Amino acid sequence: MKAVAIVGVGQTAFVRGYEGSIRELAFDAYKEAMLDAGLKAKDIDASIICSAPEYDKQRTPAGTIVEYLGLNPKPTFYVESVCSSSSSGLRVAYSLVKAGLHKTVLVLGFQKMSEISSADSQERMGRGSDVMWEAPFGTMMPAYYAMHARAHFHRYGTTEEDLALIRMKAATYGMINKKAVYQKGVTLDQVLSADVVASPLKRFDCCANADGASCVIVAHKDVAKSVSKKPIWILGVGAATAPITMSGRKSLTGLTCAQAAAKEAYGMAGIKAKDVDVAEVHDCFTIAEMMAYEDLGFAKPGKGKELIRAKETYVDGKIPVNVDGGLLSKGHPIGATGGSQIRTIVLQLRGEAGEMQVKDPEIGLIHNIGGVGVYGNVTILGV
Amino acid sequence: MGFERFGTVSFTSQTKAAPFVDLLDKGIVAGTKCKGCGASYFPPRPDCSKCFSSNMEWTEITGNGKLVSYSKLIYAPTGFEADLPYSIALVEFPNNLKVFGRLSKEIKDEEISIGMDLNIEVVKLPNDRVTYQFKKA
Repeated sequence: MKAVAIVGVGQTAFVRGYEGSIRELAFDAYKEAMLDAGLKAKDIDASIICSAPEYDKQRTPAGTIVEYLGLNPKPTFYVESVCSSSSSGLRVAYSLVKAGLHKTVLVLGFQKMSEISSADSQERMGRGSDVMWEAPFGTMMPAYYAMHARAHFHRYGTTEEDLALIRMKAATYGMINKKAVYQKGVTLDQVLSADVVASPLKRFDCCANADGASCVIVAHKDVAKSVSKKPIWILGVGAATAPITMSGRKSLTGLTCAQAAAKEAYGMAGIKAKDVDVAEVHDCFTIAEMMAYEDLGFAKPGKGKELIRAKETYVDGKIPVNVDGGLLSKGHPIGATGGSQIRTIVLQLRGEAGEMQVKDPEIGLIHNIGGVGVYGNVTILGV
Repeated sequence: MGFERFGTVSFTSQTKAAPFVDLLDKGIVAGTKCKGCGASYFPPRPDCSKCFSSNMEWTEITGNGKLVSYSKLIYAPTGFEADLPYSIALVEFPNNLKVFGRLSKEIKDEEISIGMDLNIEVVKLPNDRVTYQFKKA
């Protein structure tokens, strides 16, 4: 149902070290989205600020950023679901507009990871899991996803090379994405012979930290039609969770939060997996993209490797996935990632994706996961 | 409370599940079971989310479990570097009870296989700390 649309998108380049403050970083993405939409500050009825906490010193960032953006006295608040914060922000923005509380809502995702030392960054990483029962063993995201890779290899015969093929696709598109943190190509040999981080995942199987911000402007159909020549409609939103503890999980070969979120989003949009023309999935690690193919129904469980081996997820394949470089090449400024994925799909559906343009897409999907499959968020957009 | 003695590094000390550590001191790794509805929990918890009871009993994890998956870490978060390399693992015991922890370093890399039989042992760490790990059954 075409009731709520996206009328403006913006994103900063994702970089290793942004030479400015979080409010200036946020402003860069905000400015791009506002110019894209042709709006002024007074046109925004409410905003939602999204990021993961403890990477910079500003407690309660929403209020600070909103002052700098010139959005006072309109309402704002903070939304966090770690790596899917800005998708959760979009879900809330959609709900606020659909409920009739506001006409135009802005979602601003940001993350500045470079202000803390790498020791502190690693300390935060250790507390990303259940701090009472699992963190005391020394856990981190690569290691948890590595357990999923090991289980997937064992159950389905997926190989390290299959994961490397995913990294090579990411690099293919990262090379032509001026906003990506990693714009170099990679060879199969480079990926397979890289240092192990947590077996069986190696350096190139992992996305990099980065600084960045993204902005998505959501509007009621009345505003959308007058403001935008091509509003992109939010057709479906789905969200679900899975236990944060591994001991609470049913299986390690897929993410149930993604399966459930996808089912809800497909149902709301009235479509099936095969109707999706272009997708952005949460490839924080190569195995995460492999599981996404299956969790979203692009391939049956265990058959994800056939898609990548046949290059079906490249721009001219059956189901183009992450043809902007994905998190693997773009980098992963935690709170900004969801908005970046949404922006890529909006540009694709508008026909504004340049060299990465998929041919005439009508339906796009964003799969954005928080933590190791704790928060699943799937959004479906259409022309 | 004692809970701050659990694991290589502790992040919390306050929990009503602190008796977990007293039991570790006795060589016992235990979960909890709800006296109201019989639901079993690992990690142990003082509150039953099924029937809302807070009347739980401690139940020892005994016997063998099977290795569900594992990963050997070459990089560690802050505070765990001295333990590297170490492997984290998920092991499934009877009645769908899954336990997360580390593999004993006595298990050689080539001996590890998904589905292998493991059991739990308590491990004393320096500075009066205590934890548990999985060893070959």
